[in-house]
Amino acid sequence: MARAGENHDAHEATPEEREAEAFRKRRRGRSIALAIVLAALVALFYAVTIVKMGPGVLDRPL
Amino acid sequence: MTVMTDHAPRARPAPTAIGGSTAEAGDYLALLKPRVMFLVVFTALVGMVVVESTVHPIVAFAALVAIAVGAGASGALNMWWDADIDAVMTRTRKRPIPDGRVAPGEALAFGLTLSIGSVLTLGLVANWLAAGFLAFTIFFYAVVYSMWLKRATPQNIVIGGAAGAFPPMVADAAVTGSLGIETAVLFAIIFLWTPPHFWALALVKSGDYARAGVPMLPNVAGPDETRRQIWLYTLVFVPVTLLPIPLGFGGLAYAVIGGATALAMLGLTWRVYRIREGEEAARAAQRLFGFTILHLFILFAVLLAEHGLGLYRAVPALVIPGMA
Repeated sequence: MARAGENHDAHEATPEEREAEAFRKRRRGRSIALAIVLAALVALFYAVTIVKMGPGVLDRPL
Repeated sequence: MTVMTDHAPRARPAPTAIGGSTAEAGDYLALLKPRVMFLVVFTALVGMVVVESTVHPIVAFAALVAIAVGAGASGALNMWWDADIDAVMTRTRKRPIPDGRVAPGEALAFGLTLSIGSVLTLGLVANWLAAGFLAFTIFFYAVVYSMWLKRATPQNIVIGGAAGAFPPMVADAAVTGSLGIETAVLFAIIFLWTPPHFWALALVKSGDYARAGVPMLPNVAGPDETRRQIWLYTLVFVPVTLLPIPLGFGGLAYAVIGGATALAMLGLTWRVYRIREGEEAARAAQRLFGFTILHLFILFAVLLAEHGLGLYRAVPALVIPGMA
């Protein structure tokens, strides 16, 4: 029960809420790591394409 | 009622409990065995520089990334398969699966995806010989070693050691399209290095392996036989480490440093063979284990410096005619 004078807006997180928050935090970390890996992979494939096929890679008849 | 049969400690709720993975990005990185990956990248890089190919550095780098990811994928598959024994060994019980941070299914999917991705990438950026060799290496480590040999025979790490020895040859295939004598020698060095290295560790950690039911040589044949085997393998290993000199790809620095480290390896192994009782015996095995890591690193680092940094100085008197 709330005591007199206590701020009723200040909400103490329940264990479930804390777990959900930790879960969201870890998911965000995974998403960021995945984005970095994908960006690095795009850069690598781009560089390899230019090296193997030359700058004229797009200059070809369709 | 749910009955918990899992004896592994659970640091976090099982991933299925709240409908998604509870792993951190670092847990997936741990599944790749980053230290093994570093060793693979390092030995593969040396394999690339000793064959002195003319492949573009970007292509070589991409091939190296694919080989590293392939190695990591086989590590993830190994952790998936070995989660039950990892849980009972002090050295491995904090790995992501036994610690409950990654679900076994996630690790399996992660390992398979990276395996297929790394093999396809290596095939596209380099060639299909290298890609096929990488696929075989992953299969060898995840299936032949982890699933067939590890729990079945004390020769597990002898045969399984081939998986760790293949990367320089995969790298050779990636940058030259073929396989040469240089990387076959690097393969032999790593392959023959593996038994003394792991058995020195097993002498110290035999209790751990026994608890997990892994038939390492000290548990099956006893510490004395293990010492004898370490000594015999070292007698073959040490001359093989010196083969780059007569074959002409180990120069003056390699001859000097390789010779000195060979003597040190023989000395430390002899101590392990002779001292069999008490604290001193454990210390000798521990010291040999530490030195084996340093030894392999030094040999490959010297080759890297000689060929990658232009420090190679020929020693014609020691080279077999026609091999330089």
